[in-house]
Amino acid sequence: MTALLEVRNLYASVGDKPILKGINLSLNAGEVHAIMGPNGSGKSTMSYVLAGRDGYEITGGDVLINGDSVLELSPDERARAGMFLAFQYPVELPGVGGMSFLRAAVNARRLEAGENEVDQLAFVKMVRAKAGELGISDDMLKRAVNVGFSGGEKKRYEILQMALLEPSIGILDETDSGLDVDALKIVSDGVNMLRAPERTMLVITHYQRLLNHIVPDHVHILADGKIRKSGGKELALEVEESGYAGIDDAA
Amino acid sequence: MAATTQTIEQVQEVTGKYKYGFVTDIESDKAPKGLSEETIRFISAKKEEPEWMLEWRLKAYARWLTMTSPDWAKLDIPPIDYQDSYYYAAPKSTEKLASLDEVDPELLATYEKLGIPLNEQKRLANVAVDAVFDSVSVATTFREELSKAGVIFCPISEAIRDHPELVKKYMGSVIPVGDNYFAALNSAVFTDGSFVYIPKGVRCPMELSTYFRINEQNTGQFERTLIIAEDESYVSYLEGCTAPQRDENQLHAAVVELVAMRDAEIKYSTVQNWYPGDENGKGGIYNFVTKRGVCRGARSKISWTQVETGSAITWKYPSCVLQGEDSVGEFYSVALTNNYQQADTGTKMIHIGSGSRSTIISKGISAGKSQNCYRGLVHMQPTAENARNFTQCDSLLVGDRCGAHTVPYIVSRNPSAKVEHEATTSRISEDQLFYCLQRGIEEEGAVSLIVNGFCKEVMKELPMEFAVEAQKLIGISLEGSVG
Repeated sequence: MTALLEVRNLYASVGDKPILKGINLSLNAGEVHAIMGPNGSGKSTMSYVLAGRDGYEITGGDVLINGDSVLELSPDERARAGMFLAFQYPVELPGVGGMSFLRAAVNARRLEAGENEVDQLAFVKMVRAKAGELGISDDMLKRAVNVGFSGGEKKRYEILQMALLEPSIGILDETDSGLDVDALKIVSDGVNMLRAPERTMLVITHYQRLLNHIVPDHVHILADGKIRKSGGKELALEVEESGYAGIDDAA
Repeated sequence: MAATTQTIEQVQEVTGKYKYGFVTDIESDKAPKGLSEETIRFISAKKEEPEWMLEWRLKAYARWLTMTSPDWAKLDIPPIDYQDSYYYAAPKSTEKLASLDEVDPELLATYEKLGIPLNEQKRLANVAVDAVFDSVSVATTFREELSKAGVIFCPISEAIRDHPELVKKYMGSVIPVGDNYFAALNSAVFTDGSFVYIPKGVRCPMELSTYFRINEQNTGQFERTLIIAEDESYVSYLEGCTAPQRDENQLHAAVVELVAMRDAEIKYSTVQNWYPGDENGKGGIYNFVTKRGVCRGARSKISWTQVETGSAITWKYPSCVLQGEDSVGEFYSVALTNNYQQADTGTKMIHIGSGSRSTIISKGISAGKSQNCYRGLVHMQPTAENARNFTQCDSLLVGDRCGAHTVPYIVSRNPSAKVEHEATTSRISEDQLFYCLQRGIEEEGAVSLIVNGFCKEVMKELPMEFAVEAQKLIGISLEGSVG
C-alpha cells in the first residue's frame, strides 16, 4: 500500500545550518501521527519544509504524496494536492475579509479539480454551520483574517479552514501553543471530527497534554533533526515522565 | 517679472496682428498642427462658441505662454513638444466591427477578468450592438428623469451655448485660468467634458456617470468638467471606467471644478485606467490633471475618491477649499504603480471656514520598478477656528526595485486648529504570502487579496458596482509584479 504522505531520508538546511538530518516517516490514510520534540529539534522547520516554504534548502531525500514526489511543487500546488498546514502563528491579513479569503481558498481547489466555483450563498451557509461547531461567531467571520483574534480564536480559525478545505493530509504545527484548557478542548474536538479513513494527520507538539485529546496512532520523538524513537501512544506518556533528555540519551 | 511682461506684450502684439486677418477653415476636420492662437480660434469656431468663450480661451493661452511646466513633483517627465501635436480632431467615425470575434483577444481577456457584461464589452470595443442597447434608450430615460428633477447634465460645449450665465459665473472660479501650467493649457484648448447643475434642495435621483452622457466620444485629452450643487442639494458623480482605455493621445490635461453651496454635498469618484505603457516603460499616457472643489457654503461637503492604476505618469492633486463654516473635505485615494509607472498624487485641504474638517486617506502601492509619491498640503488659515484634519498615508511595496515616498506639507496659522498625520510604509510580508499560498491560492491571487485588503478603507467609499470592478482591476494591474 502506498503511503498518503511519505518522508524519505529528508535533509534540510537554513543557510549553512543543517536542521533536518535524515527524517523518515510514513503516514497511511486513516492514521494520526504525533511528532514530539524539544525546542529547537526541527519541528517547525519540518512542517515548513513539507509545505514547501521558501528559505529552506533541501539537501537530500524526498517528500511524496501518494507516491509522487512533491519537492518540485510550489506551496500552493502542494496545498491543492491535498496538504494543509495549521500554523503555529496564524498570520494577520489586514483588510482581507474572512469570507472572501475562505472562498478564494476553496475555489482554488475546486478550479484545480475542474469544478465550478462555489455558489456564494450556499458557501456562506456552509461556513456558518462549520463555524458554529467550532464556536466561531458570525462577527469573527466578518472581520479581517486573524486581525484582532485572540490566540484561541486564531487556532479555531485554522481548524475551520481545514474543515472547509478537506485536505487529505493535515499538518498541525503546535496547535496547542497558547491555548487554555477550554480552548484546547474545542480545538481538539474540531480535529477529532476531521479524523477520517481517507485522511492522515501529523500533529506536531511540544507537550503531551494535546495527545490526551487527540489520541495518536503513532508517536515519533524528534530531536536534533532526526526521529530518535517511534512507538504507540504510550511513548508520549514516557516523554511526559522522563522528559526528552532520557530519549536523547537512548538514541 | 520684466521678462514676463515682455512676453505678454509680445503675445498681445501677435494677438492684435491676427485679430482681423484670421479666417477659420471650419470645413476641415483637424485643427492646424501645433498650439497657436489660430488653433484656439479653430476649436472655438468648430464648437460654435460665443465670443466671450473665445476671449476666455485666448486669455488662458496668453497666460500659458508666460508659464513653465512645473518641476517640483517627484517625476521624471520627458520634454513635451506642444507644437508637434493636434489639439482638435473631429470624432472619427471609426468603422464598427461586426462581432467580438474581430476584437483583439488580449482586450477581451481583460474584459472577461473584469466581468464586464457582453453588451458593454461590445460598446467598449466598438462593435455594433443590438438595437435596444445602441439606441441609448437607457441614457434617454435617464435624461428625462433628470430633467424632471431640474438637474442639468450635458456636455460642457452644450452648456456654453444653452446656459452661458451659469458657465460664465462658475467656470474658472475654482481653478483660475492661470492656476498652473496644465490648467492654463486646458483652459485654452479644452474640447469637451461634462456640465452638471443641481438646483436648490434637489437630491440627484441617480449616480451621474460619464458613461450615460451622450456625445462623449473623443473628449479624453483635454476634458473640462464643472459641477455646481446649489444649497441643500446632493450629487454623486462617477468618472472613468475600469475597462482599459486605449488612446493615441499621449498628453491628457483635464480640469475639474466643483462648487458646493450651503448644506450641499458632492461626491466625486474616479477610476483611472489609461494605458500605462508596456513592461519596459515604453508608451503610456501622461495624466496631468487639476481637480479642485470649493465648499462655498456652511456645512457643505466635497468628497473625492480615486483609484488610479493607469497612465505612465500621473500628476494629480484633487483638492478642497473649505470656505464655509463647518464645511467638510474628504480625499480617499488608491494609487497603484507597476513596471515603470510614476505617480505623484495627493490632495490639498485649504481650511478657511471655522469648524471646517478634512480627512485624507491615501494608499499607495508600488510594484515593479515604479515610483509612487504622496504629496499633500493641509493649510489652516488664520480664520479656521477649531478646524481639524486627519491624514493617514500608507505605502505598500511589492518587490524591492520600486519606491514609495510621502511628502506632507502642513501649514497652521490658527492655534485652535488640529492637524493629525499618520504614515506607514510596509511590504507584503513573506509570512502573509506563504499563508495564502498554503491555502492553495496562487501567488498573483494572493498578492491581489493582500493589496485589496490594504486598500479596503478607500474601496468602501466607492459606489458598489464600481468597487467590485476596481477590486478586479487592482489584481489585473499587479499582473507580472511577482515571481
